[in-house]
Parts: sequence; structure tokens; C-alpha cells
Amino acid sequence: MSRLRDKFSAQAVLQALAAPMLALLTAFVLSSAVIAATGEDPFHAFYVMIDFGSKSDSQVWIVNKAIPYYLSAAAVAIGFRMNLFNIGVDGQYRVAAFFAAVVGGALALPGVLQIGVIILVAMAVGALWAGIAGVLKTTRGVSEVITTIMLNSIAGSLIGYFLSEDKLAVKDGNLFHTPTIPEAARFFLIPTTPDPIYGTVIIAVVIGLAYWFVLGRTRFGFDLRAVGRSESAASASGVSVRRMVVTSMVLSGAVAGLVGMPTLLNKSFSYGTDFPTGVGFTGIAIALLGRNHPIGMALAALLWGFLERTGLQLEFEGYAQEIVGVMQGIIVLCVVIAYEIVRRVVLRRQQSAVGAELSAQGGQGGQGGQSAPREPGGPGDPGGPGGPGEPGGPGEPGDKSAESTQAKKAGTTA
Amino acid sequence: MSSESSGSSGAPSGADQGSAAAVELRGITKRFPGVVANRDIDIRVDRGTVHALVGENGAGKSTLMKILYGMQRPDEGTISIDGEYAALHSPADAIVRGIGMVHQHFMLADNLTVLENTVLGAEKLYGIGARARKRIKELSDAYQLGIRPDVLVEDLGVADRQRVEILKALYRGARILILDEPTAVLVPQEVEALFANLRELKAEGLTVLFISHKLGEVLSVADAITVIRRGTTVASVRPEETTPKQLAELMVGSELPSAETRESTVTDEPMLRVEDLHLSATDPDGGRRTVLDGISFTIHKGEVLGVAGVEGNGQAELVEAVMGMSDPDGGSITLDGEDISHVSTRARRESGIGYIPEDRHRHGLLLEAPLWENRILGHVTEKPNAKGPALGIPGAPQLLALKEARADAERIVAEYDVRTPGIEVTAASLSGGNQQKFIVGREMSHEPKLLIAAHPTRGVDVGAQAQIWDQIRTARREGLAVLLISADLDELIGLSDTLRVMYRGRLVADADPATVTPQELGSAMTGAASGHLEHREDDGAQPQGADATQGADEPQDAEQPQDADRSQNVGSVESADSTDSNDSERGGDK
Repeated sequence: MSRLRDKFSAQAVLQALAAPMLALLTAFVLSSAVIAATGEDPFHAFYVMIDFGSKSDSQVWIVNKAIPYYLSAAAVAIGFRMNLFNIGVDGQYRVAAFFAAVVGGALALPGVLQIGVIILVAMAVGALWAGIAGVLKTTRGVSEVITTIMLNSIAGSLIGYFLSEDKLAVKDGNLFHTPTIPEAARFFLIPTTPDPIYGTVIIAVVIGLAYWFVLGRTRFGFDLRAVGRSESAASASGVSVRRMVVTSMVLSGAVAGLVGMPTLLNKSFSYGTDFPTGVGFTGIAIALLGRNHPIGMALAALLWGFLERTGLQLEFEGYAQEIVGVMQGIIVLCVVIAYEIVRRVVLRRQQSAVGAELSAQGGQGGQGGQSAPREPGGPGDPGGPGGPGEPGGPGEPGDKSAESTQAKKAGTTA
Repeated sequence: MSSESSGSSGAPSGADQGSAAAVELRGITKRFPGVVANRDIDIRVDRGTVHALVGENGAGKSTLMKILYGMQRPDEGTISIDGEYAALHSPADAIVRGIGMVHQHFMLADNLTVLENTVLGAEKLYGIGARARKRIKELSDAYQLGIRPDVLVEDLGVADRQRVEILKALYRGARILILDEPTAVLVPQEVEALFANLRELKAEGLTVLFISHKLGEVLSVADAITVIRRGTTVASVRPEETTPKQLAELMVGSELPSAETRESTVTDEPMLRVEDLHLSATDPDGGRRTVLDGISFTIHKGEVLGVAGVEGNGQAELVEAVMGMSDPDGGSITLDGEDISHVSTRARRESGIGYIPEDRHRHGLLLEAPLWENRILGHVTEKPNAKGPALGIPGAPQLLALKEARADAERIVAEYDVRTPGIEVTAASLSGGNQQKFIVGREMSHEPKLLIAAHPTRGVDVGAQAQIWDQIRTARREGLAVLLISADLDELIGLSDTLRVMYRGRLVADADPATVTPQELGSAMTGAASGHLEHREDDGAQPQGADATQGADEPQDAEQPQDADRSQNVGSVESADSTDSNDSERGGDK
């Protein structure tokens, strides 16, 4: 039970809340400053946003918008948790949605079955597309950042090639799109007023739960996180890092394949030239904002939807359209910085606690050797996380001297 | 030259007669969050002397030297250089005042030549061309450093790199040199060569401050010794008035623990059998080279096999091959009758190999994860961490037993005396010794058949060291086989039942730990000796401790013949190292 006490002690709660509060406050102040700098009244802007954002049609809009954002963030977060930058979620979901739409438009199975097939095709295509990057990384050592970006571009061209009348698409006015998915194979809607919420929200919930469970509770999740924290330690502990890279890329791609489903199965029912793009990149921001945490990412996705929704209204009120983009950027930066600051403060407090423990024991125990005060900067100091204020830590500007340029190795060995 | 320090009075010389001291530290106190690293340190170092600063790991030596080099500011106290009060805000200030530092981990750019490394950042002094070269030549000749300015640093051995570091400091006008554990990376013969250099520097009027915890060395080279314990100066002594034993007791405050193992527990049941193991690695430039060649040995139940060798001669690769982190090209590895030559690391761990890695930060811990998650690391498939498949369905995802893992982490913390406020703190916030105790506890908790212990007590304080040795001895008594790799020859000789020496990827020599001396091992480590090392009383190498007694009478005289004797050895060390340490670095970085 001491764990519960640890977890819910006032200090722990304070620590958990410190970062988001700090981030929101800073973002609020900075955004206000930016709006004020454009000569407008920031407080009126926030009033407009909150007022418009709390209307029920806005809320439905926000939730529906947040579904693909959340799925995209989850796909990115799987990579992040093991130190892989899957920049390619964008390409992965587009290719996946396209081929799922093609299959869905061509088949006429009983409804539930066809939905299942469409979703499976999407996941398989997404997994395959991401898997290419994984295989290239393990066999050829190509950075996944490079390959996934390249694959985004290839994905766009591939879809462009097939999305023409004599290939896999039909012409509808000025637009091309894949054959429409039959009515029976469309996802249900949750009958809310004034507009319905997409039933695909349950896909997001399922993915969120699976993400939490697999990463936190299973052996596979532990291995994955171990690789993310230290590849060398994971490998020494018996994890096959290569296999883990491919597996997690495939998983990330499979989840990315779902990103297009809310649109495809609840809204457009076909993949056309107007299919939303760029959701994969939004997912990166949301994963950062939500700290790769299943609930954090849900909140972040909703916040993102809220900003986009209310941004439209701000425009009517005479504010610059770009303000919302600026605010989104500020929020992401503030969150990343705030969490880093809080992490360092917490680490430092822990180290002090450990130090205090040692000196306390040193006072009692007569044996000098065991209770010698820890030598900061010595071998006990952490490899990476020593903050700039951490004396003697690796970040320590130990070689600010003229020699600092030569101290290439210092960071890793000091 | 004459040292004024007064016996073992604890305080530095109060007598400030004559010339001012080269360095005088008074009342230095440095606090870090929760820890006082230095407390009321008083040291006086006379000009033209070699002054040793001794103390166990974590006693505060390095912090003190960082303060003197301007890398950290003291909270209290004053520093005087040549009698003048000095405020050192950065290493640049220290350099201006003639202080140079040779770090334990060299700060050299591998892909530049010695000349380039030397002038880098000091271009204003003598330019980067002929003048710089001339100056380097002068310094090298004056102090007999034997510098070759146009060799790439990556082609140099450890001892040569150290000389380049010394040259760098001298080039920048250092009159006071700080050497941080300079002998930690050297074999005994190289240490002698380094000491010859230091005497040369001293003779030219330079002051050398050197940090060590190897008492024999300290006694042989130092003119004055200051002992630091738990952050404060406990004694200033002259080498001729003390013995290694007295020094050790001053350092630790009590008796030193000994690595010595008395009774033999070796059985005739083989546990690990390695036969004709061969491993090659790919260089970054694509070439293949052999890192392990024809390695054969057997470790029986209850036996500790020690492998000595200069780092980078294949020890790390041997460990990786036995752990399954690299796949051997030839030969076989058999554990308890089962061929595991090509089995995965996880399967090897499950079948009973415990692993105390050489670099605990890279291979033993997830630094940013809480301690209890580190409890699971490496044993994720084993009880108490594993719970079996979800809902008991075979083939379903395997679950973790988080509650049990936490409880067991608590047990390890208690049983192995890991000093931590709890198991929720990150591994990074523990001190090195406590991290190591936690790792030892974790590995021992799974009742391994074979323990691979690579440098198990490196960077660990004396208390933890004794505990870790005890753990190994206890487990050995219960039939554990241990593969011990260490750079600490005393540890190797003390703990091992059998000793092998590794050189350039081969086991070139074996020795009986009961009779062999560190010097004899040292010569095999540089490739100068091979086969079975028989102990000979009148060997050229001096047995340990001899320098302590001889040094008391006439240190200079006693050392001359030794130096002459060793100059040949040193030559061979250089040639051996120049290719090997380079190779090893590449191998280690993959």
C-alpha cells in the first residue's frame, strides 16, 4: 500500500499537475501577448473561443475531429515509446485508407463482415507501408526518419497514380474518388443532437485501452519500452532489438492505417482527391502534447479540435486566421519545455532525497566506506538526464575552456 | 623541493616560511543538493613536488580537483596560486594561472593528429604551423614525452594518449598539472613510464597534483600525500613516514576489505565450456577483423575464472559472445551440458546466466525508469516478474506481475543494502555503488548457474566493494561458476581460482592466483610473456609493496635501475597498443 501512498501523496499529485499547469499558463500568457501584438484584444478572443467552443454543435464537431487525431497520435506514440520517429504516419494512413476504400467499394459482403474486411485491409496496408521503413532500418541501417518521409512522398504519388478514371477511381464532377462503399458497410453513428458523433469513436477508445494495456502490462510492452529507454541495456537483457524495431514499426503502421477510418466509414465513404491529408503530422504534435499517455493524448486531441473549431469563429470576429496556428505551436512548445523542466526538478529532488538518505545513514553507521557522501559528477551520476543545473553531471560545462571543442567524448564519458 | 608538511597532523603546514606554496586551498566547502562533497578542505602543495591526493571512490577527490580547475565554484573557502588569491570561474581562468588538467577520460579528437589536437583551442599561442611544431618538439624533448606530432590520435595507445594530454597542458603554459586517476587505464609497466615523466616534470620545477587510490603507486612517486575521507582532509603525510596499510586505514577509517578468497570450492563438474571460440567483427570501413581467436576454457561449478588483460583485447567481445549478444563464427559454448552457441540472449538468461555488465549505465539499467522496473529488466520472462499469458490462454500476450516485481524490488533493496528512499525513484538518482548493489541483487535473485561479472566493483566505494565480493564468494560456495573480468589485478588475484590472460583476442597465458604477482600478470597483458606464468623470485619486476619500503630511504636511487629496466617493456607496450586500443574502441562502439 505504500505504493498507493507514494502515488497519491500531495507531493506526487503536485508533481503530476505541475507540468500541465505550467504549460497552460505559459501558453496562455504567450498567446495573449501574440494577439495583443496584432492589435486585438486577447481576452475577447478567449471569450469568443470558449463561448463558441462550448456550443453543442461545436462539441460534436470537436469530438469527431479528435478521433483521427487520437489514432494518429497513438500510432506516433508507439514509435516514440521505443525511440523511433515514425514521421510517416501521414503516408501510411493515406495509402491504407485508399486501398481500404478500393476494397470496400468493390466488395458487397454482409455489412459487419465488410466493415471488418475494410478495417483489416487498412491495418495491413498501413503495417506494410511502415514495415518497409522498419526492415530498411534493421537490414541497411537507414534512419526511419528519412525512409518514412520518403515513403510519405511515394504514398502521395502512388495514390495519385491509381486515383484516375481508367485505374481505380470514378469521376464525379471535377473530383476523382474510389467507388462508394455500399450503405450496409458503413459504420454506425451515435445519435446525438444536433449532429451525430461518429461510431468510429469506439475504435479510438479500443486503441487507447490496448495501448495502455500492451505497453504497461505485458512482456512485449516492457521489452518495447526497454528498447526505447536504452537499446544497449535492452539487448543485454535479452530483447532482440532488430525484431523489436520491425515489430513496433509494423504496429505503429497498423494503428496508422486506422486513422482514415472515421472519415472513410462515417463521412466520405470513398477516397477522393479531397480526402484529408496532414493528419499524420498533427498526430506528432498531439503525441508530444499528450506525453505519449493514452489519456493525455485524448485530451490533447480534443484540445486540438477545439482550437481548430474556434479558430473558424475567430476569423468571423476579425482576428487573423493564423492566430490559431500560432497558438497550437505555442502550446506544443510550452508543454514540451514544461515537462522537461519538471522532469529535471523531480530528478534533482530524487537525487537530493537519495543524498539525504545517505548522509543520514552515514551519521549513524560507523563504517566510513559505506556512507561516504556521494561524489556528484562521479560514476553514480546519470548518463543523460543530468540537467544543466546538475552539478558535475554530464550536461555540466566542465570544459568551457578553450579545449571544449576537443571534448567531443566528454559528454558521454564524463 | 622541500616539503614543509608536518607529519600526520591533519592540518596543512601552518608554517608559511620561505616561498609561497604553488597551490594552497583553505577551508574549501562544496555542497550539492543533499550532499556535502567537500568540507573544510585544507591543502598546501609546494612548488616542484609531486603531491598525491588519495581517498576512496566518492570521497570527494574529483570534486576538489574540479574546483581547482575552475569547473566548479566552491561555496566557501579560498584558493591561492603561487601565494596569490585566485578566483577561478572557468577552466580558462585556471589555464591562465598555469593550471593544466589531464582528465581520466581523455579529451582528444581521434580523427586529428597529435599536433592538431595540441593546438586546437590554443591557436593564439604559437599558431598552427611551424612555430607550434617547434614548441611541441621543445616540450617533448625537455620532458622526454616522446611525442610524434603527425600521428593520428586514433592510432595511439592509451599511454601515448595520456602523454598527449600532458603535452596539451604544458603547451598551454601549465606549471601546475592535475592528473585525475592517471594510472587507472595503464598496466604496471606503463605506470612506471608515466612516473618517470612525472619525475622529469618535477625536476624542471613543475608541480604535479595527482589523484589516486592505488597506494603502492602513490608511495613510490609522491613527495607529499593528502588523504581525503568523506569530503574532508583527514591527514597530510610524507611517504617515507607511512605504509600502505596506514594509508589505507586513513582512507577508509578502518581496515581495508580484502578480495582474498581462502578455501577452494572448485568442483570437477564443468558448468561453462568454451571451445575454440572464434569471432570477427566488421570495422566501420567494412573490413573484417578477428576479435576472438581460438578461445577455449572451462569453468567448473564453484570456480571463479579470472580473465586479465588490458582493456580492449577482446574481453568485452568474449562476454558478448557468452551472453549471446554477438554470434560467434566458430567454436562452441556449452552451459551445463547444453550447447548454447547460437541461442538467443533471453534463452541464455533463462537457462541460468547472470550478468553484471562492465558498463552498468549502458547494459545494466534503464536509467530513467524506476527501480522496480529495473528489477524486471533482463528477467522479464521469469518469476516473480512474469504472470503467464493473459486469462491463462496459451499464446495470449504474456503479462507482467507488477505487484510481485515491486515487492521483490523492495526485498532486493533491503537484502542488498541498496541506499535509496524507495523503489519509485529512477535508477539514475542512485549512486554508482548502490546501482551496482541493486544489479548484483537482481542477478543473484535468479539463482544463476553462471555469473558473468565484468568489472563488478568498478567505480564502487569500498563498502559496496566488500559486499559485492562477499556475494560472489557466497554464491561460489553454493556451486556458482563465475567468469570474472577485471582491470583491478588485486581483485582478480584475490577472487579467482584460475587466472587467464587475454591479449589481442587470444588467451595467451594462465597463472596460479596463489603465487602470481600483478607485475607478472602485467607483462603477459602487454604480450611480453605467455604460456604458464611461473612465479620467479628474482624476476625483473619488483613485487608489490617493495617500493614502499625502499622509497623510504632513497627514492631516487631505488628508481633509476627500474626505469632503465622497463624502458624496453614500454617500447613493446606502445607497439602493442597502437593497433589494439584503436581496434577495441571501434569494436566497443557498435
